[in-house]
Amino acid sequence: MALQKTTNSFSVQELIQKKKEKKSSNLQVERIIPFLLLVTAIVSVLTTLGIVLTLFAETITFFTKVPIQEFLTAQKWYPFSETQGSFGILPLVAGTLKVSIIAAFVAVPIGLASAIFLSEYASDRTRRIIKPILEVLAGIPTIVYGFFALTFVTPLLREMIPSLEIFNALSPGIVIGIMITPMIASLSEDAMSSVPNSMREGALALGSTKFEVAIKVVLPAAISGIIASIVLAISRAIGETMIVAVAGGSTPNLSWDVTSSIQTMTAYIVQVSQGDAGYGTTIYYSIYAVGFTLFLFTLGMNLLAQFISRRFREEY
Amino acid sequence: MNATMEKPRVRLVMNEKDMDALPNKEIVYKTSELNLWYGENHALKNIDLDIYENEVTAIIGPSGCGKSTYIKTLNRMIELVPSVKTSGKIEYRGRNIFDKSYEVEELRTRVGMVFQKPNPFPKSIYENVAYGPKIHGIKDKKVLNQIVEESLKGAAIWDEVKDRLHENAFGLSGGQQQRLCIARCLAIEPDVILMDEPTSALDPISTLKVEELVQKLKKEFSIIIVTHNMQQAARISDKTAFFLNGEVIEFTNTDKIFSNPADKRTEDYITGRFG
Repeated sequence: MALQKTTNSFSVQELIQKKKEKKSSNLQVERIIPFLLLVTAIVSVLTTLGIVLTLFAETITFFTKVPIQEFLTAQKWYPFSETQGSFGILPLVAGTLKVSIIAAFVAVPIGLASAIFLSEYASDRTRRIIKPILEVLAGIPTIVYGFFALTFVTPLLREMIPSLEIFNALSPGIVIGIMITPMIASLSEDAMSSVPNSMREGALALGSTKFEVAIKVVLPAAISGIIASIVLAISRAIGETMIVAVAGGSTPNLSWDVTSSIQTMTAYIVQVSQGDAGYGTTIYYSIYAVGFTLFLFTLGMNLLAQFISRRFREEY
Repeated sequence: MNATMEKPRVRLVMNEKDMDALPNKEIVYKTSELNLWYGENHALKNIDLDIYENEVTAIIGPSGCGKSTYIKTLNRMIELVPSVKTSGKIEYRGRNIFDKSYEVEELRTRVGMVFQKPNPFPKSIYENVAYGPKIHGIKDKKVLNQIVEESLKGAAIWDEVKDRLHENAFGLSGGQQQRLCIARCLAIEPDVILMDEPTSALDPISTLKVEELVQKLKKEFSIIIVTHNMQQAARISDKTAFFLNGEVIEFTNTDKIFSNPADKRTEDYITGRFG
């Protein structure tokens, strides 16, 4: 196979030379582009930093008005009471946790089961149809889910549990669960699909059934991705606002009762933002303190997800 | 070409002289008129092969000749490829493995497999070996410990790993991983071990170790090994089947096939004229 000159009537090298002259201006662009990209990256980082700093500064101001011990330990959240106002974050945290835990109970089993089905059982065709549908579900505006909770799920639940209040933790919890299920399903499916087939073959060749392969080989091998997806989904549940604002009510209470009206951290922020809390009042600053607490929660969850996916990564 | 295709099919079995060298060996796998298609592609054509117990049967042939396909058909792993269709019969210990009533899990519990690339699970060395017994319901810790030790000894890797049984199997070298996979396979005491080019991803020293292991294992197991490496087939096998374009060209004692092949194509292949 000796290399032969082409029989073209033109020389490719000459063409390249000709184009090169035009290219010199492109070289300038080539040099500027990394700089431009860096600037945009810095802008987004600075914006985030700015938000966190504002949040932090206003939170500090809040703590000059309300002692931090009261904020962390008081059992009541009565910000609107003139005479005996009480700013204990716990009832709001309880509301958020109740809703998030219910959501996790709904989303984790359903999401994992769908992920196992999609990655281990579904044919390529089925997977190609179902996965995009799951991702569309994740794109439904949350206000739609909120009204779905209030006008459909709550009445349905009230037929089963007559003592259920119109605003409660159960209904938005379930609906948030429905909302984050596709996220768990999709991310867990990615994690499970990336487990090499050779491992499945190894297990099948030992006489495992398909289900044993899924549960005992694929699931453990993908566990870091799966846990990370669950943690991220729960962190979304914690930060979820519209569903709880619409269907959860506005009565902060520190109890594990899921049938009565609650208020989550996010719903409180919505309530105050819509109302007429004057600038500089304690209530005004309280939304920053609540927001900061919320930020710490979701930040913690995200760090946890990162830690888990590094710590439990199984090399293959 | 067509003239040779239409010749009356002769069953490729040992001739009388070869047979009396193995008086009381039983047939493990009896393949009759096996055909296999990947979609439209006719990958195995009228395969007839008898495989005897406690022997090493090597399958050689150029790439794409169907040797891997054949060995994967023996434990029905080939069915993982969606477009596969088969006809004919493979009898394992007298029972057709394509029978509807034959549970594939049952077959694979009796017939172990070692793959081309080592494929340990991302678990500890101990858990890798204990996986098979565990899924088949063995839970007693003491029994499992014993199985793990025996299997690792059987695969000649015990001394190298006994102090780190609970470390991840991916910390082992490629050769060690492959012997671990053999140990994993031994742990359920299979009757037959299928090996699909088990040394093709290994360095020469690891290859030697695996070959020695195969020699040792054939006392207790029937071993069918696909190999690209003709010297390997000559070194370790008792019988050799030569596959070409989905057909068995020749199947006889390894000594004979390498010293005095009956078919011109076999001779051309083993003397390196093609493939």
